[in-house]
Amino acid sequence: MPVQNPEQIFQQKIEDELKIEPKDWMPDAYRKTNLRQISQHAHSEVVGMLPEGNWITRAPSLKRKAILIAKVQDEAGHGLYLYSAAETLGQSRDEMIADLHTGKAKYSSIFNYPSLTWADMGAIGWLVDGAAIINQVMLTRTSYGPYARAMVRICKEESFHQRQGFEILLVLSQGTDEQKAMCQDAINRWWWPSLMMFGPHDSESTHSEQSMQWKIKRKSNDELRQQFVDMIAEQIKVLGMKLPDKDLKWNAEKKHYDFGKINWDEFWNVVRGNGPCNKQRLDARRKAHENGQWVREAAIAYAEKRNEKNKSKVA
Amino acid sequence: MNISFLKKFYYGDIPDEKGGGSNYEAKKDSSNWPLWEVFIRSKNGLDHKHCGSLHAADAKMAIENARDVYTRRMEGVSIWVVESKYITATNPEEAGELFEPAVDKIYRHPTFYQLPDEVNHM
Repeated sequence: MPVQNPEQIFQQKIEDELKIEPKDWMPDAYRKTNLRQISQHAHSEVVGMLPEGNWITRAPSLKRKAILIAKVQDEAGHGLYLYSAAETLGQSRDEMIADLHTGKAKYSSIFNYPSLTWADMGAIGWLVDGAAIINQVMLTRTSYGPYARAMVRICKEESFHQRQGFEILLVLSQGTDEQKAMCQDAINRWWWPSLMMFGPHDSESTHSEQSMQWKIKRKSNDELRQQFVDMIAEQIKVLGMKLPDKDLKWNAEKKHYDFGKINWDEFWNVVRGNGPCNKQRLDARRKAHENGQWVREAAIAYAEKRNEKNKSKVA
Repeated sequence: MNISFLKKFYYGDIPDEKGGGSNYEAKKDSSNWPLWEVFIRSKNGLDHKHCGSLHAADAKMAIENARDVYTRRMEGVSIWVVESKYITATNPEEAGELFEPAVDKIYRHPTFYQLPDEVNHM
């Protein structure tokens, strides 16, 4: 048998659709790409709690409040699944969180938009989580084992998120004129940022090609975005609302919806930190972390003290 | 050349060197809660199965956190947690010597034996 170098064995595994596990040899760039992607994904789940947390105290009924709390708790859980998947690649949780707080690591730009009305809870569930699901369903087949397993668990739970969001909008769409207007307004504000969630066009995405070759990503940004547009353009008919795009129309030849140009200047501007809420979001995360410091220290001091006690008992 | 890929990172034995600084002063967190592996029995009659890991100061907190993180939808009836550093695991490099000897012992499988049709359900 010819002796293969680790890189060939690695590439062969990828081609044979075998998962890469934490202790397997992997190219440094594969490790880094996964680490970047998984930790950013984790940060997005955690920062993603903020726009929705904003409405927990003001949810219109006890039922809606309970649902929203459950959803926000899910996002925290998703962040934790992902942080532990990222940790298997060799970066500590503290480092990742420090990278988020210093601004070195990014999170999904969508969470830098404000949630202004109750209808935003519907639009976020339906559009933002809807877009996330399309990306995440693809990622259940990603080549890094711990990431794929985290995604399977997350996808099972996300479906509730999207359905509760759509239901919020459905109820509003059947309500008073003011409620209908609020529903349409939320869709208007969240539609374009949702399309941007899939990232730059394939021709301009720096990470896409290598990620496809390693089967970290399995569909391109534009493919996923088209899938999302086709889905939403049909579902909005049930709401009797309109998507804010005059160029949106069915293309019988391509069997897809055509849609208008995305404002990439806005996208890059928000990525660079100039979105409406970038500062507010990071401040909130830093404050939560700093204010929790004494609790983390107290818990570890308590655990150590008890260990000592148990030791002296045994002795 | 970057040689960090030569380092072996054992699952649950993550190096804890700290990241570098920047403009925001990320306070050094001295409280480093250890990592725990979580195993869940989804219902009686089934094995506990590894489902992920989490950080906690002690075993009691690890169980409580595991309840919140991994069983929000009735996924479990029993939880085990064990500090990751206590898990000893095989290495992929040893896989050959450990597992290949089984490959040529096909006589250990029932399908190895061709029997007459009359005893088909043996």
